[in-house]
Amino acid sequence: MDVNLIPLLPATQVLLTALVVMLLDLFIKEPEKGLLAWISLLGLALGAGETVLLWGSQESAFGDTLLLDNFALFFAQIFLGVAALTILSSIHYVRQTKIHEGEFYELILFATVGMILMAAANDLIIFFLGLETMSIAVYVLTGLWRASSQSSEAAMKYFLMGAFATGFLLYGIALIYGATGATNLNQISAYLVEQPTDWPLYLVAGALLLLVGFAFKVGAVPFHFWVPDVYEGAPTPVTGFMSVAVKAAAFAGWARIVLHKLSPLDTDWAVPLWVLAIATMTVGNLLAISQSSVKRMLAYSSIAHAGYLLIAFVVGEEWGGLPLLFYLLAYSFMTLGAFAVITSLTDKEHPRESYTDFAGLGFKRPFLAMAMSLFMLSLAGFPPLAGFAGKFYIFRSAVLSGHVSLAIIGVLNSLLSVIYYLRVIVAMYMEEGGAEGKRFGQSPYLYIAVAFAVAGTLYLGIVPSKALEWSRISYFPLD
Amino acid sequence: MMSLPSLGTLSLLLAIPVIGAVVLLLMPRRQTKALFTIALLASSANFLWSLSILNQFDGSKGEMQLVERLPWMPGFGIEYIVGVDGISLFLVLLTTLLMPLAILASWSVKEKIKEYLFFMLLLETGMLGVFVALDLFLFYVFWEVSLVPMYFLIGVWGGPRRIYAALKFVVYTMAGSLLMLVAIIYLATRHAQTAQTMTFNLLQIYDLRLPFNEQTWLFLAFALSFAIKVPVFPFHTWLPDAHVEAPTAGSVILASILLKLGTYGFLRFAIPLFPDVALAAAPFFMALAVIGIIYGAVVAMMQADIKKLVAYSSVSHLGFVMLGLFALNMQGIQGSIYQMLNHGLSTGALFLLVGMIYDRRHTRLIEDFGGLWKQLPIFSALLLFVTFSSIGLPGLNGFVGEFLILLGSFAVTPHWAAAAATGVILGAIYMLWMYRRVIFGPLNNPENQKLQDLNNREILILAPIVALIVLMGVYPQPFLSRMSASVDLTLKRVFAPQTAPVADKEATAEENEEDGR
Repeated sequence: MDVNLIPLLPATQVLLTALVVMLLDLFIKEPEKGLLAWISLLGLALGAGETVLLWGSQESAFGDTLLLDNFALFFAQIFLGVAALTILSSIHYVRQTKIHEGEFYELILFATVGMILMAAANDLIIFFLGLETMSIAVYVLTGLWRASSQSSEAAMKYFLMGAFATGFLLYGIALIYGATGATNLNQISAYLVEQPTDWPLYLVAGALLLLVGFAFKVGAVPFHFWVPDVYEGAPTPVTGFMSVAVKAAAFAGWARIVLHKLSPLDTDWAVPLWVLAIATMTVGNLLAISQSSVKRMLAYSSIAHAGYLLIAFVVGEEWGGLPLLFYLLAYSFMTLGAFAVITSLTDKEHPRESYTDFAGLGFKRPFLAMAMSLFMLSLAGFPPLAGFAGKFYIFRSAVLSGHVSLAIIGVLNSLLSVIYYLRVIVAMYMEEGGAEGKRFGQSPYLYIAVAFAVAGTLYLGIVPSKALEWSRISYFPLD
Repeated sequence: MMSLPSLGTLSLLLAIPVIGAVVLLLMPRRQTKALFTIALLASSANFLWSLSILNQFDGSKGEMQLVERLPWMPGFGIEYIVGVDGISLFLVLLTTLLMPLAILASWSVKEKIKEYLFFMLLLETGMLGVFVALDLFLFYVFWEVSLVPMYFLIGVWGGPRRIYAALKFVVYTMAGSLLMLVAIIYLATRHAQTAQTMTFNLLQIYDLRLPFNEQTWLFLAFALSFAIKVPVFPFHTWLPDAHVEAPTAGSVILASILLKLGTYGFLRFAIPLFPDVALAAAPFFMALAVIGIIYGAVVAMMQADIKKLVAYSSVSHLGFVMLGLFALNMQGIQGSIYQMLNHGLSTGALFLLVGMIYDRRHTRLIEDFGGLWKQLPIFSALLLFVTFSSIGLPGLNGFVGEFLILLGSFAVTPHWAAAAATGVILGAIYMLWMYRRVIFGPLNNPENQKLQDLNNREILILAPIVALIVLMGVYPQPFLSRMSASVDLTLKRVFAPQTAPVADKEATAEENEEDGR
């Protein structure tokens, strides 16, 4: 029996890096711990290089439980990029807040390993393993700012809710296994095709439980209650990491398992998904309006964005596949950038994330404020920015597939979101005071991360052709 | 003339302000003189460049000219297509002319000049883009791009209620435009189903003739967006707030150009794309236009603040433009394009004058003035001149536009035209009454006795506008002749006989799936 290890290469690369960082952490003294960040970045860069080299391959390993295809590589690249930008923007932050540096970087890397496995899994059990690897790392990351009681509270909440969601997911997997006799997605899919009707009720129940599990992980309404508290309590870079990478990983699994492999079940969940999508974007946007903390606002807005992404699942993979991937890519840049800017405001004692803390930023830190304005306008869907392109293709897929009502509800939601995104700009540029006497983070690495995010937001908005093509060839060769 | 290589002319027009804006960003913020000079240079260069468009433009043709095409998102039928015709030509020139003047009028802006000028230049590209875009997607992009800089201009450099006014401005405009976005996507999808090609090219989509029912919804989505921007009567409530709070240059741009994006949108998109509904809805829009004319005039008469008075007069004047558009005949539409230019010049000049007196006196209330004739003869003379232009005195530009509009609408519905004519009289009343209270009477307020008359810079700003007001009043022919062929083409599109109904939706859907991805 020959074992094909190539599909594991990017994940192994990151895993080894994490282990190296873990070991070195024991020997490096406090002032030099910054080195660990660079080792982590190097490992991520190597991993990214491998994904580029492997691009276009179509392999499976370990008895068809793990796949290496463009879809897996696309998401691996997103995760690696997000992890790298998160590390870049937190080098200064972790030192200031006295978070253990070694652990912080290790856990980011471990979470990334889990995510890569989630996107590559072709078996429900492997997927579950990836999910747990990611989740446990992120639970710990959430509570890593030990000086902050909010952080501990958030970690506890996240852990309990996450465990609960995992229960749903596992129960769903068990029921599907009971019905089909398999955990391998190919076999499940074959079963569904062979028996187009006459499914046992518990198969449908299992699939719906799976759906609930995913809905928990991406924070879809009505499974969203943990999101605001956890996002607000977690250290800011971790919040950025969660709202982008964790969400993308969950959507990757959802796309491969539900949208693609279980597509014969489409008719059964079209209506629940429709309701879920509309409820998620509307509730997310309405609650975001009334927040006084920018971080919390972004938490609710991330719920709303999960709602827009759910449109892709309603319209089915034929129309929804490409927009889903493209939107996740666009969303990564603008959201990560926004959290990086919030990170820059933090000082030792105060997290400083309310609207009033942004007052005067516009003329005190012109670059950060202009970047933040771009991210906000992009999230609100103003052209020619990444967020607009993402929304355009999502809404377009809704219209093309005949769900015009979804597109209309979607754009009305965008209008709601304009109100609260612009409030950040109002605070930065139009309100006086606040900025005097404040110190703002000066970490050059954070500026690099923000600059990357700005470049991505502009690039995907103005010349999205390449990225669209990239998303297309990542989704459609799925077998 | 057409043998000249035209590729790049319009693109450069869009690029010059952006280049200027980027240069501004790289400059140190302390050097305000240099910043002003760069912005002024960029906008003036753009004006000179736009004159070359006038030179290359062939007025005998109704089709799009100087067209440039580049694939943008080829898989989705989205292209970069720009071009001008007789409808957009003068609106482009109006924009490029007013921009340097508005920047020159921003001398009194003291704070955050770098950002201010940056947004002004960005705004110019956005507005020009709306006028020249021939791809629906591109048009929508520019439509929104023109919104954001204005939001900043009102919100950062505006008056006391600027944040409220700025948000209201954005939310109103977005409410219309987002539905238009869905309509654009839907329209392109339907076009793909019937014509087998995915495209957002306006000129191709013109050929699509949807069933009346579908046209109705799409027309409503487009019309709402444009009606808010114009603004047509019940959607006008954002306008007084935005105008009063905006800085002088912002008000000038807002009134002179941004409002025209709405009327232009009707003429370029809503009417020719959905001709059956446009024809059916014409009486309704003419009624709204007349209500707007009279309502705007009456409310303007009651205002105590000069700026607010001018703002409401815009509602009235734009009512005339709408009336002419929906007359849907040659005189009406030509008159309304002419009136767009007139309003741009005269209302722009009025806002400039109001800004100049505000800079001196820091009030805009009519009751604070009186007897300015003695102290400010140049100011008073120019204000009188612009007032005459605004009320349509024969011999000046306003008369030509209003006359054509009334002529055109009289041919369709005499009673609406008659009602609109009372708006002309009301316009004369409120403008002249305002003038009398501000300029005549005793000069007994001691604050007013110390005022300085206009300086050379201010006279220089107003001089080109005054010259054009006269020129367009006595010699409209060069303007009208360049418009007529394009207006004729638009009317032909509207009155083209109804073609066979489009093929069934399902029958062709499958063939387009490849494009769709």
